[in-house]
Amino acid sequence: MTTQQKTRTLTMAQAISEAIGQEMERDERVFVMGEDVGKYGGIFSATTGLYERFGKERIMDTPISETAFMGAAIGAAAEGLRPIAELMFVDFFGVCFDQIYNHLAKNTYMAGGNLTLPAVVMTGIGGGYNDAAQHSQCLYASFAHMPGMKVVVPSNAYDAKGLMIQAIRDDNPVVYCYHKGIMGLSWMSYFEGSTNEVPEEAYAIPFGKARVVREGTDVTIVTLSQMVQKAVLAADTLAEEGISAEIIDLRTIVPLDTETVLASVAKTGRLLVADEDYLHFGLSGEIAALVAEHLDSVRLKAPVRRLAVDAVPIPFSRPLEQHVIPQVDGIVAAVKAQLATPIGL
Amino acid sequence: METTSDRLLWMYRTMVEIREYEETMAKVYLEGKLPPKIQKGLAFDIGAGPVPGEMHLAAGQEPVAVGVCAHLRDEDSVVGAHRPHHFAIAKGVPLNEMTAEMFGKVTGLGRGKGGHMHLFDPAHKFSCSGIVGAGAPQACGAALAAKKLGKDWVAIAFFGEGAANQGAFHEALNLAALWKLPVVFVCEDNKYGISVEKGDSTAIASNADRAAGYGMPGVLVERNDALAVFEAAGVAIDRARRGEGPTLIEVKTDRYYGHFQGDPETYRPKGEVKALREHDPIPALGAVLREQGLLDDARDAELREAIRSKVQAAFDFARHSPYPDVAEAHQHVFVD
Repeated sequence: MTTQQKTRTLTMAQAISEAIGQEMERDERVFVMGEDVGKYGGIFSATTGLYERFGKERIMDTPISETAFMGAAIGAAAEGLRPIAELMFVDFFGVCFDQIYNHLAKNTYMAGGNLTLPAVVMTGIGGGYNDAAQHSQCLYASFAHMPGMKVVVPSNAYDAKGLMIQAIRDDNPVVYCYHKGIMGLSWMSYFEGSTNEVPEEAYAIPFGKARVVREGTDVTIVTLSQMVQKAVLAADTLAEEGISAEIIDLRTIVPLDTETVLASVAKTGRLLVADEDYLHFGLSGEIAALVAEHLDSVRLKAPVRRLAVDAVPIPFSRPLEQHVIPQVDGIVAAVKAQLATPIGL
Repeated sequence: METTSDRLLWMYRTMVEIREYEETMAKVYLEGKLPPKIQKGLAFDIGAGPVPGEMHLAAGQEPVAVGVCAHLRDEDSVVGAHRPHHFAIAKGVPLNEMTAEMFGKVTGLGRGKGGHMHLFDPAHKFSCSGIVGAGAPQACGAALAAKKLGKDWVAIAFFGEGAANQGAFHEALNLAALWKLPVVFVCEDNKYGISVEKGDSTAIASNADRAAGYGMPGVLVERNDALAVFEAAGVAIDRARRGEGPTLIEVKTDRYYGHFQGDPETYRPKGEVKALREHDPIPALGAVLREQGLLDDARDAELREAIRSKVQAAFDFARHSPYPDVAEAHQHVFVD
């Protein structure tokens, strides 16, 4: 017998803070550290309301000392606590990356599995609002490139809540990347598709399960984060022209749901990867390689296409930024070009 | 700036110019960002309008910039932080190109690619960064270069009190003292690191006390006063120029606006800014100049009018400049 779930429409920011709050109620080992996570409620509102509920001992404003609090998250996790450390902008990982990739990501392995580090690194990603080269990157593929970290990249409020709860309960380090342009902030334009119905009770979404956002037959668009919302708008436009696009939201890139990607590409015969991270040596290449390695079971009708940020820092100037970050029009154009380019001999 | 009178007048004029610039930017920045012309439901849209993105203004913090830069020569380097306009103006960065950069125009200092936190003007030996604390080691590098080149140039690192809790700050201080570099570290204590009060982020009251741990003089300037900064900076810069090594100065200063424009500032006690503005450092220096017969109403009005025109001209220049061609997005990752 199933009970009717009570849902409300939440922004992604509200869903994340609700998830953290529910886990903090359930498990007193959970606490949050980061810059402006307290009274301010997080610069991107991921901890709004938690300081008032849990107080400064569990919602801890830190000095601007990322190395110190990232390292403290490792030390506290090793003692059995479950810290959530917010890195305000993912771009700031440069300040504290030694703690993250040489320690958080590796200590469990170097201990032969005898050490558990249940820490969540929560961080704001993405551009589109002219914050320039040091505050606009995605960088999730950089974490995924290095072994030892699970990497979560939600595209909407429902997923954001379930994935955050899973992240907190996971016994491994999890890097949880929220795109600023889908948080539903009152001071930044956002894609409304990211604000959706969220159950009141706690629920976990398992990692490594991609979501088929929309079924289609002509092309598979593999994407994640804010780009899912752009792909949906692109698919609407393509549908008006009789082109049927299937959209796969990866939700997590470590672990990666290869099965769902391969099944979809086998069905449609075409793969477009739409990504806001850097093009080179990144996620889009990884997905393309996955398909290339399975050409014994997947028959392609067109060469693979990739949309991502070319090898340039994110420029400040609006027309330049809009040009380097893939947009809805670019997805539409790429799909059309792909349909017009069959596999040659 | 040969005589002290020249320097006092320059400091006053430059403070007026910085204030005029920041107040103008505060207004222009809001253009296009408020309802009803933005996405429904938003109170503000950071990415809209002619000057998009984050905007950190330095009104109230002018004494730090002018009190230090009054001692600098063209060959001296300045490295600023994410709130950089006052330092840039005091170092002589041209207003037109600086403003055009913030509009994302091709005539900007970085052809529109950097934006307001990333102003680079090698001709005036000015740079800054959006990463807190990142500038202090780079100023050490400029000072190291001066030493290697056999010049008596100095380098200044400006940063906020929040940056003094970054590893980069502590590493830079040790390096500078160890290598006896001609660098002066100037910490602007505006009380808040975004929303977090200094007392909630820093274990001791004055960062100047940290200098002792690195074997350099530490000086606390307790008033947001251009002359007090001028005096402390003069001693430190002369010392650096003589090859006697670095100094750390902390100045208690005042941030009149939010951390960024659009900051709801709910963490700030009501009336705090109003109270701060009652002790504004610009009229305070003006009164000193008047006492010395260097300024009167007519001269003040004249210089303010000239500054208004200059600032207005910079914003006009920026507004009427073209955007870069999108092909430029792919250029300048490397030099040719």
